[in-house]
Amino acid sequence: MTLATSAATRPRGVEARGGKVAVRDIVVSFARPDGGRLTALDGLDLDVAPGEVVALIGPNGSGKSTLLRVVAGLLRPDRGSVALDGRPVTEPDAGIGLVFQEPRLLPWRSVAANVAYPLEIAGWPSERRAERVTELLGLVGLEGAAALRPRELSGGMRQRAAIARALALEPSVLLLDEPFSALDALTRERFNVELLALWSRTGTTILVVTHSIPEAVFLADRVVVLSPRPGRVLAQIQVPIPRPRSLDTLDEAAVSATARQIRGHLGQGTDQ
Amino acid sequence: MNLRNALPVGLALVVFVGAWKLVTIVSGFQPFILPPPEDVAVRFVEAWTEGIMAPHAAATLREVVIGFAVGAGLAVAVGYLLARSRLAERVLSPYLVAAQATPILALAPLIALWFPDGLTGKIVICALIVFFPVAVATMVGIRSVDAGLLELGRSLRATHRQIFTTLEIPAALPSILGGMRVGVTLAVVGAIVSEWAGAEQGLGWLVILARGSLFDTPLMFATLVTIAMLGVALYFLVVLVERRLVGAR
Repeated sequence: MTLATSAATRPRGVEARGGKVAVRDIVVSFARPDGGRLTALDGLDLDVAPGEVVALIGPNGSGKSTLLRVVAGLLRPDRGSVALDGRPVTEPDAGIGLVFQEPRLLPWRSVAANVAYPLEIAGWPSERRAERVTELLGLVGLEGAAALRPRELSGGMRQRAAIARALALEPSVLLLDEPFSALDALTRERFNVELLALWSRTGTTILVVTHSIPEAVFLADRVVVLSPRPGRVLAQIQVPIPRPRSLDTLDEAAVSATARQIRGHLGQGTDQ
Repeated sequence: MNLRNALPVGLALVVFVGAWKLVTIVSGFQPFILPPPEDVAVRFVEAWTEGIMAPHAAATLREVVIGFAVGAGLAVAVGYLLARSRLAERVLSPYLVAAQATPILALAPLIALWFPDGLTGKIVICALIVFFPVAVATMVGIRSVDAGLLELGRSLRATHRQIFTTLEIPAALPSILGGMRVGVTLAVVGAIVSEWAGAEQGLGWLVILARGSLFDTPLMFATLVTIAMLGVALYFLVVLVERRLVGAR
């Protein structure tokens, strides 16, 4: 079982505190300019076990980002429900951290103040805030950049800051929407490794949207393939690669077999 | 400002004064029509040292500062409303544009009649002239706040108040302060115009007095120089505030 796998590979002493996500029969449609409606997601079901890493993959317009926004409580579906640990999610939830495709840092704040932003909104007192920010910056390797402004950072450092910010309130579920798509291929590989390291330290459940099959295979316990619009779950593929994973110890045969399987389900509809 | 920056500014001043001097020589205008720069400089120093200028400058400065504060304050509130409510924009903007299109020079005597106590009318005129550029700048600034940042705020369950203070205002600040730069110079114009519509003191009143009953053209020019300096000083004060608040982005 996925749950067992992730628990077994987590370093000793780190408690599993991942949340359980249950998505039931989600329908989302948008108004079209011509007055009709465009169905983005059509009766989608998805379960994510505590501490599991699930990658969402699908062609453009398959509603991956829409699904993520529904799970984040930012978008109310026409029908269906989302639950986090059995609690219904109808609006943004403290237990869910969100990393957008762009870093979305506040350009007028320093890195430290950006990472502190969720704590500030949540009303943490300033000493506790400072303590937590130091911890978070250490977690993503930005200790030296605390006082810098976002414009002084590289694209990769900005996204690190965004991840630190998403982790600020210790969410039990981390949602990432193509988080590394703006980075170059080498940086992107390194970030995937770092993301897994972060995951093994925090034990957070991760749901990540990606366009890249290799990325999905490297990161995930399970890859969920969505159909072209309207989005539905086409296939769920377990990734039989043991953890901890690193780029040079990857079992090439298992990777390519899994990738082939995913590619088969994606068919012609994708740009990968 | 260091020497390297001060040099071109100083040169520009020399060129300006030189050109002025040249015009007075070439044109042959009588000093009471266009006084040469040195006459104006002497009169300027006299007027300040003899205590003629200072009380009038203080009166005008007071009108400008209060008028600007009232006008800009209201403008930020209304600009925010216009940015966030289509209805408010549709209902209010024709009146705002009409008020802006009506020359303040035409309105000033009326306003002076409505508020005969002196200061209030002048503040109203100043505030009126400051209002439009700051309101428009605020509206544009608030509208252009990155939707992604607002969504971030929403995802963190920020209240309306938190979104306003931590996202909208800081994001719109460069635009708002840009509007204030324009507004503060207009506030000086507003104060002078309001004094022309009726006053017992102020730089605008001194201009009229110097030109009319005193027939002291150098004093009039010295007053104009004071008005210009007041405008420049206030403008750079706003720029300074801007640098402090948004400079490091």
